[in-house]
Amino acid sequence: MTTANENVVLHVADVHKTFGGLHALSDIDLQIEEGKTHAIIGPNGAGKSTLLNVVVGRLAPTRGAVVFDGQVLTGKQPHEINQVGVARVFQTPEIFPELSVLQNVMAPAFAKRDGAFKLNFLSSLADEKQIREEAEHMLEDIGLIHQKDMHAGSLSRGDKRRMELAMCLMQHPKLLLLDEPTAGMSRHDTNTTIELLKKIKERGMTKVIIEHDMHVVFSLADKISVLAGGRIIAEGTPEEVRNNPKVQEAYLGGAH
Amino acid sequence: MNLQGIFSMSRKDLTTLVIFSIVVLALPIWLQPFGAAYPDLMQRFAIFGILAIGFNILFGLTGYLSFGHAAFLGVGSYTAVWTFKLFSMNPIPALFFAVIMSGLFAFIIGFVSLRRSGIYFSILTLAFAQMSYNLAYSVLTPITNGETGLQLESSDPRIIDSMFVGEQAGLPVSNFFGLEMSGIPGFYFCAIFLIIGFFITQRIFASPFGMMLRGIKSNQTRMNYTGFNTRPYTLTAFVISGMYAGLAGGLMAVTDPLAGAERMQWTASGEIVLMTILGGVGTLLGPIVGAWLIKYFENIFSSFNENVLHNLFGFLPDGVESVVVEITSMFVGEGWHLTLGLVFVLVVTFLPGGIMEGYRRITAMFTGGGGDGKKANADDKQTQPAE
Amino acid sequence: MDAILLQLLNGLDKGGAYALIALGLTLVFGTLGVVNFAHGALFMLGAFCAVTLRKLLTLEQVVLDTENLTAWGTPTEIRTPYVEAWFGDFGAVLVNYSVPLAILLAIPVMLAVGVAMERGLIKHFYRRPHAEQILVTFGLAIVLQEIIKHFFGANPIPQPMPENFSGAADIGVMLGMDPNVIVYPWWRLVYFAFSVIVIGAVFAFLQFTTFGMVVRAGMADRETVGLIGIDIDKRFTAMFGLAAVVAGVAGVMYTPLLPPDYHLGMDFLVLTFVVVVVGGMGSLPGAVAAGFLLGILQSFASMTEVKAIIPGIDQIIIYLVAVIILLVRPRGLMGRKGVMES
Repeated sequence: MTTANENVVLHVADVHKTFGGLHALSDIDLQIEEGKTHAIIGPNGAGKSTLLNVVVGRLAPTRGAVVFDGQVLTGKQPHEINQVGVARVFQTPEIFPELSVLQNVMAPAFAKRDGAFKLNFLSSLADEKQIREEAEHMLEDIGLIHQKDMHAGSLSRGDKRRMELAMCLMQHPKLLLLDEPTAGMSRHDTNTTIELLKKIKERGMTKVIIEHDMHVVFSLADKISVLAGGRIIAEGTPEEVRNNPKVQEAYLGGAH
Repeated sequence: MNLQGIFSMSRKDLTTLVIFSIVVLALPIWLQPFGAAYPDLMQRFAIFGILAIGFNILFGLTGYLSFGHAAFLGVGSYTAVWTFKLFSMNPIPALFFAVIMSGLFAFIIGFVSLRRSGIYFSILTLAFAQMSYNLAYSVLTPITNGETGLQLESSDPRIIDSMFVGEQAGLPVSNFFGLEMSGIPGFYFCAIFLIIGFFITQRIFASPFGMMLRGIKSNQTRMNYTGFNTRPYTLTAFVISGMYAGLAGGLMAVTDPLAGAERMQWTASGEIVLMTILGGVGTLLGPIVGAWLIKYFENIFSSFNENVLHNLFGFLPDGVESVVVEITSMFVGEGWHLTLGLVFVLVVTFLPGGIMEGYRRITAMFTGGGGDGKKANADDKQTQPAE
Repeated sequence: MDAILLQLLNGLDKGGAYALIALGLTLVFGTLGVVNFAHGALFMLGAFCAVTLRKLLTLEQVVLDTENLTAWGTPTEIRTPYVEAWFGDFGAVLVNYSVPLAILLAIPVMLAVGVAMERGLIKHFYRRPHAEQILVTFGLAIVLQEIIKHFFGANPIPQPMPENFSGAADIGVMLGMDPNVIVYPWWRLVYFAFSVIVIGAVFAFLQFTTFGMVVRAGMADRETVGLIGIDIDKRFTAMFGLAAVVAGVAGVMYTPLLPPDYHLGMDFLVLTFVVVVVGGMGSLPGAVAAGFLLGILQSFASMTEVKAIIPGIDQIIIYLVAVIILLVRPRGLMGRKGVMES
């Protein structure tokens, strides 16, 4: 067992997850350093999404624990995990389709400011100028400001994903988890998203990205863990991983 | 339609509130041509309006379909009548206790029922309401007076009143510092509460809290992963909604000091759902429109009988006339509920957004809109009820 | 011991009715994914098939007997049901057995009603939210019961059972106990046996016919069955018809035990929903087991000894059980994961 590094913000410690007799995750030990972008790659069925679900509390690990910023996340409710500073972008966008784009982006700011519950039913949304302005800035950043009064449900798929990202960014999370943030996006949208994610990187936000698109991974990641068959088979900088024969065999298939 | 959405609503809200208040306070005037300007009916307009907007806070905003709301109505009525019996005929303490008691009831029932969602929530609320109804008819008879219903008696203690007023002959009438709560004053008393209730609903709709409730209806998973604990939000909505129902029940007792268990039956809960759907779920005004229409047509349709129909269709040839009368008689008088059921089926099938949705479609047709359809407008927005 | 046995028996007929309605409700829910609040109304319609048949059979011809004058000097009216006038003793037998005979009327009627309901209304709601399904079927239930009220009035209409079954069976004697310890009305035994037969028939149908196999597969995984090119829609329509028939015949046979009125359906519906939830939404064996279980529990709760300890328990026992089950075991006794949880 490695001693915890000073800079480690998320520690997935010796996590196992079995479904029935199936080992979805075995011996996962991940240390994610503060301010870094850590990519988790691997072929389909490698256990990437399971791992993410264990981190955010959707699944309970069979063994092991997830420690974030000195707190054990294992056994906590999703909203509690968010409140300690972990935000998540889903593979298929989870947004509020019936609310306006602006409201979608504003809502997370309330959770950040007011906590998990606040009985503020006599104050008016119109008086929340600060949050509103912040949300509008955010929408300008991601290029959705002109759609701010539309139902979020009527956005294109790519716009929905970017809006979901904006929702997470509104909370200035300590850790941002991204589940294939560019899946299903056009090349153009993908590039815009990469630029956006690079910008966040400059702000020093820690990110964990699960991604298929190697272009995205190699443009963003500081460190890559390769998952196959529920185990981490390699870990290192993009260069190291790219040149690792084990990885090429298991995942890249020598295509590179 | 205002594209700024919710943010410039404050002024719009104020205008709505002023117009709404005028419409409500002027009911006795503008209902005259409709032949509906008598106090008893107008009291029902106000009371069922309160009930429907309260129900809408729960169903319209969070999407949780309660099939047991009538239980809170009943609790409100019983509490109010007991307050009359024990303390005073002044409606204020009666309403106060009615709202508190129903809120307490809603808290307990909501605490348990909200652990589940979707149809399970509906069935849990239904089960609780049926339990209350059955108990009110059986073991709770000392409190509810069973089938006869809870009534005032001249032997009631009325502790507070007896300190100020001497013995009176006959049964007392609820009175607001001397103003008797029947007839037109009774209506205005209820109307004020309707306006206050409407105002609070407006505030809830325009508040961050209201937005969170809509968020729960729209995507509960996202709410959780955004850091919101949804249970206290839904529970608060449930309790507020129950308190509105309690207030309505209390007002029923104020205008007519009698409380019976049939007010708690699940068909009564169904009627509340019906009003809200007919008018437009999730809209501010829809539930009130629904409640008024149902109460108005209930009044008209139930008063029809064969004689009225024969007069109405007297111009037709005899054979045709009797057939027409026979058919229409199915839908009026005793058959009013058949009409109601049919209308309800049609509305849910073709216009799930209710009358407000229909109104919006028609205005969109005339203003050549349609581009509007894509704009989110938090106030008028119709969303599908959550599962 | 005998008291317990008696209560057990007492719960069986009611449990049988619950199980039969719950079975149809579950079939419809499992195959069509529709929450049908009008299912109770089908039970009620069945009951009124029995009422209608009896009315038809007892239509009377009036013959004036001018020989015998009444005290007022008018001719005596001799009233005979037409069937007796036409068929003699056989006619009398028909009248006597009107309730079981009504099953023959109820089957085609309920099948037609069920298919019409599904094709005319329910099918438009397959892809709509459950809340809207609940609402529209609730509206439909109101319509159906109001139509019945228009034609049959608001008062309960008692239906006599066939005379041979009107007495009570001394079950105690059959079990070797003293006479009159356990006396149990014949018709309730008949109802219990009847419900067991119908339930058995439905299960056999689902188990041993190709049709039933497809339906069961559809209940387990609707999309796959659709994908392999089987037209499940038609079969599901037929399922709805079958569910309507089961509810209908359950209603027919229940009439001697409880005089039907127009809101009979609503009363049973609420209870049956509770039964389905307790059994586990979507589980047929669960629906049947929970039906009998709750029927028996209810009958135990109405024992004076029990009521003395917890007053009013008989009024709320079923709902109380449902609340507890939903909270501690949300899927019900035999429910599957993920049914209607979203």
